[in-house]
Amino acid sequence: MSYVVQRLLTFPLILLGVSILVFVSIRLVPGDAITAMLGTEAGLLTPAQRASLASYFGIDQPIWSQYLRWLSGLVQGDLGISSIYGKPVLTVILERFPLTLQLSLMAMVIALGIGVPLGVLAASRNERPSDLIVRVLAMLGQSTPSFVVGVLIIYVLSVWFGFVPAMGTFTPLLTDPLASIGQLIFPAITLGFAFAASVTRIARSSMLDVLSDDYVRTARAKGVTPRSVIWRHALPNALIPVVTLSGVEFGYLLGGAVIVEQIFALPGLGRLVLDAITQRDYALVQGTVLFIAFNFLVVNLLVDLAYVALDPRIRIGGR
Amino acid sequence: MTKLLSVRDLHVGFGRDPKANEVVKGVSFDLEQGQTLGIVGESGSGKSVTALCINRLVDFGGGRITAGSINLARADGSVLDVAQADEKTLLGVRGRDVAMIFQEPMTSLNPVHTIGAQIAEAYRLSQGLTGAAADRASLDVLERVRIADAKSRLGYYPHQLSGGMRQRVMIAMALAASPRLLIADEPTTALDVTVQAQIMALLAELRAETGMSMIFITHDIGLVAGIADNIMVMQNGLAVEQNTTGAVLDHPQHDYTRHLLRAVPHFTAGAAVRSDGSRANTAEPIVRVDDLAVRFPIGKAWFAPRGAIHAVDGVSFDLMPGETLAIVGESGCGKSTTARALLGLNQRHRGTITAGAGNSSHPVQMVFQDPFASLNPRLTVEALLAEPAIANGRKRDAALRERMIFLLGRVGLPEESLTRYPHQFSGGQRQRLCIARALMLNPDVVVLDEAVSALDVSVQAKVLELLVDLQREFGLAYLFISHDMAVVERIAHRIAVMFAGQIVEMGEARAVLSAPQHSYTKRLIAAVPAIERRRQHFAVDMTQVPSLVRPPGYEPPPARWQQIGGDHLVREETAHEQN
Repeated sequence: MSYVVQRLLTFPLILLGVSILVFVSIRLVPGDAITAMLGTEAGLLTPAQRASLASYFGIDQPIWSQYLRWLSGLVQGDLGISSIYGKPVLTVILERFPLTLQLSLMAMVIALGIGVPLGVLAASRNERPSDLIVRVLAMLGQSTPSFVVGVLIIYVLSVWFGFVPAMGTFTPLLTDPLASIGQLIFPAITLGFAFAASVTRIARSSMLDVLSDDYVRTARAKGVTPRSVIWRHALPNALIPVVTLSGVEFGYLLGGAVIVEQIFALPGLGRLVLDAITQRDYALVQGTVLFIAFNFLVVNLLVDLAYVALDPRIRIGGR
Repeated sequence: MTKLLSVRDLHVGFGRDPKANEVVKGVSFDLEQGQTLGIVGESGSGKSVTALCINRLVDFGGGRITAGSINLARADGSVLDVAQADEKTLLGVRGRDVAMIFQEPMTSLNPVHTIGAQIAEAYRLSQGLTGAAADRASLDVLERVRIADAKSRLGYYPHQLSGGMRQRVMIAMALAASPRLLIADEPTTALDVTVQAQIMALLAELRAETGMSMIFITHDIGLVAGIADNIMVMQNGLAVEQNTTGAVLDHPQHDYTRHLLRAVPHFTAGAAVRSDGSRANTAEPIVRVDDLAVRFPIGKAWFAPRGAIHAVDGVSFDLMPGETLAIVGESGCGKSTTARALLGLNQRHRGTITAGAGNSSHPVQMVFQDPFASLNPRLTVEALLAEPAIANGRKRDAALRERMIFLLGRVGLPEESLTRYPHQFSGGQRQRLCIARALMLNPDVVVLDEAVSALDVSVQAKVLELLVDLQREFGLAYLFISHDMAVVERIAHRIAVMFAGQIVEMGEARAVLSAPQHSYTKRLIAAVPAIERRRQHFAVDMTQVPSLVRPPGYEPPPARWQQIGGDHLVREETAHEQN
């Protein structure tokens, strides 16, 4: 428990570092916010108008003073106002987040649901035809870009089955669970596909290591059935690398999946960040990046807690 | 007597072409019900592979039985040829007819299940017991293997138990199915000698209780002498001699058996100690260690430390030029920590160490236990030997090369070795390389930390001879760290016995080995297997080593020493310790 508290105490420090990095780097990019906001009309502004706009948005101040002002808002829970949407940044993020969270979870379920059994199957049939087939599939899955998979899925669905996935809208899960899952199932498959491939490979190699461990030999010497050797004795020991990979991957997914959101026209976090950057919405970029970093930290903490649940050596410690 | 097992002309091979890569080349033996067979051999002799064929676990290691038969009498009276049986039948053989325990108790239990669950599983598989019935049976069997407080231990995970306890859990699991045959594959090799004695006594008692047969595999002919009815000696995949234990030990027929019995160090309680180099009192010690303490704090830096592990506490000794001081003791007693402190490899809490007479810039060098892990596989021998010199700013010149060739010659390796890589050498040759490397800087003192423990017994004898020769030639002082009393007897002039971080007894090798005074030394020496003592009966002794974790600020009481003639010192024991 004290371990969790220690970890939580480091969160603000990490987030502070992230915020400084984002704050500075976005302002290093050439071009200015006013031009980005107004487009060609920015050329019509008089220098006085331009200056008054800059002072309205506070971007005429030195960078450290802008940062301090933003930071003092942050500790009061105010991430600023998005210049694109004219709404508080936090509101904008929280509108987009449910979709991204649900999509990430569905992709994870698909990836683990396919990847772990396939990896285990391949390992238990090491060097036999089924292992070779799984290995080729995994290699293929990892090396196919997600836009290819996404476009293929849309093509197959619409051209062969005449099914047009609902695009551009999102029904929250609690409003209509079936419709909500239905809307996200194809993007989730697209995302989960490549991830399933890497889970398969990690699960396979981890299982192969564990299957040559001494305690597996002990189980066999006891007369344990092959099925039980794999699922009861080997798999729990082989899961740690899978959990590590899943944590990292889930953290990335929560940052939004730009390409898949683009293909399926989904209003997720990925497109929000992309829009915010291209339109120089400083407050929104800072807010979303900080939010994504926070998610990453939480996921990593959950991964560590998963280790504790999986491995009694971590849970209970030595003698 | 009825025949339990009959193996005829067994051939086993590995790899894609098993017939071409045979490691067992036609072995035949029989085992009667209730008898114990000892299979003795060095690594690569095929002894473990032979045993793994009896329950066909060899299949999972990539082995194939290429010829021969293994007829096993099963509990229902039928006879099964295990060599031809299918996997489904074999599932019924494993655990029920043939149970097995292994060399590595530390890794042979599944780390994610409690020991209770693992034992209960054996009951479920063999007798269909589940739930409370399986739990009750597990508790019974844990008590049968003499585990104290068995009820609470059932909920323990393997990592919470010591090596000896884990091996007893393994034995409990094997007993669960009341097997007719128990195969024990080097079950005590990874354990300390006193724990080894406990396990051997336990196995002997259980065999008497259950009437099961045993196959006991070991590299140590002295160890099986006390338990086996028959012995089979294996070399290079062949059984070179098999007979009753008495006949093999007293009238060995084959050269290799004689070699195992004579050339290999066997413990003789001080009769085989070195006769050279008795201590010259006039000489100045080359190493002086005074009141050494090494502690490892536990608890994290965020909070105050919860205490410290007192790995070494108040250790003092000195070492004369040309002398070997052996530090003996069991794992965790602090002997390796002492050695590492001498080289400055760990932080001292207290104490002084002075080493060297001033004529060598690097008076102390070290040889480690594992010759496979202590040579960088990517460097040639020339680069490996040059390393200590280069680390001290010397150039790789002709003089350095000359010294390499000289030392290679001294350790018995040809000059051509310089261009080769470590993997091209055998374990014994690698340890010779490590010794040559340690001598590169012309040290006064060499610390040998379990330097022959990883070697096969007959290689061990040769490396020990080499060490003695080098000691005489260069006037080296050795600090020889070992758990193996038979090896120590061959090389030590003086012996220091360590227990729980402290020296409890120190003196001339013969005196310490033949007339031990401290209760721990007595226990240690009594536990060493010896051919001469094979008919002696040992009671199961369950003494545990005390914890070395101490609260902050703890200081041990000062040692009081008792002098027993000459320089034989014994630490006085408190009444508490003698229990």
